[in-house]
Amino acid sequence: MSNNNETMPANINKKFIHVIKSVFQKAFIIMKKELMSYYSTPIAYIVITVFLVVTGWFFFSTFFIFNQAELREFFKLLPIIFSFIIPAVTMRLFAEEKHTGSFEIIMTLPVSLTDVVVGKLFAGIVFTASMLAPTLIYIVSIAIVGSPDAGPMVGGYFGAVLLGGAFSSIGILASSITKNQIIAFIIGMIFCLILTLIDKFLFFLPASLLNFAEYLSADYHFKNFAKGIIDLRDLIYFVSVMAIGVLGTVQILEERR
Amino acid sequence: MISVTDLSKNYGEVRAVNNISFTIKTGEITGLLGPNGAGKSTTLRMLTCYLKPTSGRICVGDYYADEDPDGVRSIIGYLPESAPIYGDMIVYDYLDYIRSIRGIEKSRIKEIADICGLNEMMHKNVSDLSKGYKQRVGLAHAMISDPDILILDEPTSGLDPNQIIEIRKLIKEIGKEKTVILSTHILSEVEATCDRVIIIDKGEIVADNRTAELKASQGTASKISIKAANVDFDSLSSALRNIKGVKDVARGDDKELTSAVILAAADEEIRPEIFKMLSDKGWPLYEMVKETRSLENVFRELTKGGNDE
Repeated sequence: MSNNNETMPANINKKFIHVIKSVFQKAFIIMKKELMSYYSTPIAYIVITVFLVVTGWFFFSTFFIFNQAELREFFKLLPIIFSFIIPAVTMRLFAEEKHTGSFEIIMTLPVSLTDVVVGKLFAGIVFTASMLAPTLIYIVSIAIVGSPDAGPMVGGYFGAVLLGGAFSSIGILASSITKNQIIAFIIGMIFCLILTLIDKFLFFLPASLLNFAEYLSADYHFKNFAKGIIDLRDLIYFVSVMAIGVLGTVQILEERR
Repeated sequence: MISVTDLSKNYGEVRAVNNISFTIKTGEITGLLGPNGAGKSTTLRMLTCYLKPTSGRICVGDYYADEDPDGVRSIIGYLPESAPIYGDMIVYDYLDYIRSIRGIEKSRIKEIADICGLNEMMHKNVSDLSKGYKQRVGLAHAMISDPDILILDEPTSGLDPNQIIEIRKLIKEIGKEKTVILSTHILSEVEATCDRVIIIDKGEIVADNRTAELKASQGTASKISIKAANVDFDSLSSALRNIKGVKDVARGDDKELTSAVILAAADEEIRPEIFKMLSDKGWPLYEMVKETRSLENVFRELTKGGNDE
């Protein structure tokens, strides 16, 4: 009896890992394929280059003026830059498949729609991370000239990946409603910009409503991360945006069958 | 193996498939035949769970399409129309991707490449392949899991004549053990490969029969056309009408000779009588052809696509 009690938790743990693995196994295959498509074409490198040039310019143009060893300016602009860059990365994910007809291929394989959407979202997140990776060199350059605070940087990068995931899910949702990649890009960009700027547009609202607008704002939640505060509420916000994006996409694609 | 009951599909206001029902047994090669826009692809897309039926039920193997689409997809290999494959991948990566989703051993890639004649092309981008090779990649994609049921939407389109013969041979080979459904508007394809043919027109089944039976079943009259010289049509026609078994004589078209098309009872052989009459009258016979009913005639009659003959 006692023996049984000891092995139970381990068993459940193993089972849990197994379930997670089998749930995401197909999503990971889809992710791998999408990443392969990204990096085998010039799109990825062009997007990364544009991102690095833009952020690098904004970062260093003020870096020496403020004379502070921090990445605050970089993170401040990140939501706006992501609003343009991420929809450009995700616009092809479903629009292209629908345009070429390969959507029929994926939909007739034994893989669920949720797996496909989640796989594509993972690809978006990994791509965001790989886009951010070269900016780690800023930390090195800051460390040379001063002694930066680790908290805001760790939080900032963690938040940036979450932000990228949330915007990817919006971009994927936009990509699922049209065959045209340009339209997918514009719709995705508009929604990302709304989420970024909503609390700034609505400054004339009474304080109670403004709080609500603030809660919807991706920028507000991201700022908390960039301050080095990892709050469960902010985490929940980004995960919810991703979940809504995934569920919405599945719903739309299911509806059109 | 496959049973379909009262299947319908609407695209907005348009009814693409209207209340069709059929069952297909294991080991049958079934041809879905119909003019363009008849609802063939829509039917196949519903069988593969790509489209949801507006009404009706599909049962494939042990699975119902509305309850367990993944189960249905796992036992079906499907070649969509014009094989829309990811263009930005090399053939090997593409097959590897399909293999990993279907959970099959890696060694199967080599096997299927041999079967489909893709060995030379494994490291080329799919978008750089010719249409025929793309079609082969599509076939490899459909057959990689060695499925019990193979559904092929216009499998030979875009292939050259040698490849068509090869693919037909392959389909026949597979059809010995597996269930194959293929759609086509090419009649000779059905005659060459299928055991059974379902003809669809305007979303409805107009004929469902063994290929051989369908050819025999239609019509009760046979047609004989003749061409003779030294005689005008009127005297030829009246002479022909005197022969027992001739139902009607119509004018045929020929510039130099006098041509007539004779409609006769199907069960009687009157060609010797015609020949005897012509030689008695001294009208030299140049040509006499009895028309066998091909699937083409049946098809045109059923779908009313061609001119009335």
